[in-house]
Amino acid sequence: MKDLRKNYPDVHAVDGVSFEVAQGEFFGILGPNGAGKTTTLEIIEGLREADSGEVTLLGLRPWPRNPRLLPRIGVQLQATSFFERLTVREQIRTFASLYGLPAEAADRMLDVVGLTDRAGARTEALSGGQAQRLSIACALVHRPEVIFMDEPTSGLDPQARRNLWDLLRQINARGHTVVLTTHYMDEAETLCDRVAIMDGGKILKLGAPAALVRDLNSPVRITIESGILPPAEIARLRQDAEVRDDGVSLTIATRDPSPVLVRLAELGALSGLRVRGATLEDLFLELTGREYRA
Amino acid sequence: MNSAGFRSLSRAIFLGFIRDRTALFFSILFPVIFLLFFGSIFKSSATPKVKVLEVGQASLLDQARAASHGELGKVLAVTRTANLGYALSQVRKGGDAAAVQQQGSTLTVHYSAADQTTAGVVQSIFASIVQQADETASGHPAVYRLSAQQVEDKSLKGIQYVTPGLLGWAIASGATFGAAITLVTWRQNKLLRRLRLAPVRIGTVVTARIGVSLLVALVQMAIFLAIASTSYFGLKLSSAWWMSIPLVACGTLAFMSIGLLVGSFAKTQQSATAIANLIILPMAFLGGAFIPLDFAPAWIRAASYAMPLRYLVNGMLNVMARGQPATSALPAIGILLGFAAVLTLISVRAFRWDEI
Repeated sequence: MKDLRKNYPDVHAVDGVSFEVAQGEFFGILGPNGAGKTTTLEIIEGLREADSGEVTLLGLRPWPRNPRLLPRIGVQLQATSFFERLTVREQIRTFASLYGLPAEAADRMLDVVGLTDRAGARTEALSGGQAQRLSIACALVHRPEVIFMDEPTSGLDPQARRNLWDLLRQINARGHTVVLTTHYMDEAETLCDRVAIMDGGKILKLGAPAALVRDLNSPVRITIESGILPPAEIARLRQDAEVRDDGVSLTIATRDPSPVLVRLAELGALSGLRVRGATLEDLFLELTGREYRA
Repeated sequence: MNSAGFRSLSRAIFLGFIRDRTALFFSILFPVIFLLFFGSIFKSSATPKVKVLEVGQASLLDQARAASHGELGKVLAVTRTANLGYALSQVRKGGDAAAVQQQGSTLTVHYSAADQTTAGVVQSIFASIVQQADETASGHPAVYRLSAQQVEDKSLKGIQYVTPGLLGWAIASGATFGAAITLVTWRQNKLLRRLRLAPVRIGTVVTARIGVSLLVALVQMAIFLAIASTSYFGLKLSSAWWMSIPLVACGTLAFMSIGLLVGSFAKTQQSATAIANLIILPMAFLGGAFIPLDFAPAWIRAASYAMPLRYLVNGMLNVMARGQPATSALPAIGILLGFAAVLTLISVRAFRWDEI
């Protein structure tokens, strides 16, 4: 997609966004609420028309509604969109038949997302994680080449999230290109090959999560137990590092961690050691600021 | 059209409907309760008999009753009494319509003018009794004869009005709510958007929804006719009754178009329900569903022409009860279809895929 723009009265919801996603890639769009992630996704899927710019998806134009493109993409929506009062099995079979697929294809997909034992339950009775898995299954039932997901893990408990991550990795490993939006940095860091960080309708950074974090060049934080380092050593460390002691832990923030770690090892002062580098979250907050969003 | 998709969509919508106890209650059971209720009320009050007190012996009246082979007994209920004072006070109080006394060749009818309709009926019945006795006595048959024919079928009892009226209301609310709630719910839970992203034609989705509504309407009709035709209620269908099937179908389309319009504007299920009620309930009163138009005040009859429900109810009344030919339903069908077309066009313009 190139130089995508979408304006609403008073807001530039999407203001000149351009990126490309390769086949088989796991691509993430990050950003605070109201950054323009969802709108961007909707334009790519063909749910909205861009005011200007160009979108090509699998070589085709998604707008206006393109029936040749639809069987090749899968979309999992933010809300879990189901027919009311159907069972899990009826639900996915209905979606399968919309793509001209037999019931067996639906049942197989149910197995992939681990919902076979819940097949007879009404969708209204599913837990958040199960409903999310079903909606992903409904988006995948026709084996689309590209799957779009809008905040697939929001509102899930940690177990359900990990569970879903495994599923998403599996899906990607099967050759589906995955594009997702999220505001969980750990999610983007573990899953995505590349991420785009958006705010105010613009892309602020684009690249592999690890590379983006490295570029941030922020200090590494080394933490050990408080009180095991002699004061003289602490004074020496302070010369080229920031040292803080809160009575429980001693934290040394430095851009050159190797000599510090070597020295600590020599002194045998490694009790309770934790080394924490910058994360995507640090980068994210650096880019987007800390004030509250809508 | 993708026929597997059509079948499974219809199935999904149908299952969603029959598993919804509230919808099932309001579209099937609730109207049936109304039918049982109104049917029972109007059953007894079909054509009330005129109660008459015979004071002493009135031979003219006795002869007329004997000669009519029970026909007169269908209109008149005669009670004998010897006391004129009691009889007059009964008439005055309105307990009886008239007190009749015969003195020689004069038949005296005491009546009250409080109820002018009954007074008129009483006078005309006794005038005709005296006239017939006169003809018999003189041996000269009357030269002129008035032949009075009621316009309704003789068997037009309460149930004949109640059934098409309540069925019309049931069809109207079922179709309106069905379309409005489906549209709002699907927009709210984003199913509409999900379907837009599936390779299925919008026409297929709409046709599947209409198909389910038509099926529900025909089931409603079958249940209504089955109950009303029992010997307890005694509905007698006239020969062209089958014409009410296309009437019900076209009525369903017309009222689904109202529901579509409501659903295009309403944002939540609650507001859709409220707006649909606001439209259907007054229409049930003004369109002849709850109050038969034959008995309704003139202003209601005038207002009824603007109500699509009038054409559905009146059309069904004509072919089901009034014994009119099948072709009599065609104007109503035309009006209902025209109404559906206009409202659908407006709804298409107001249609939104998403909230916002």
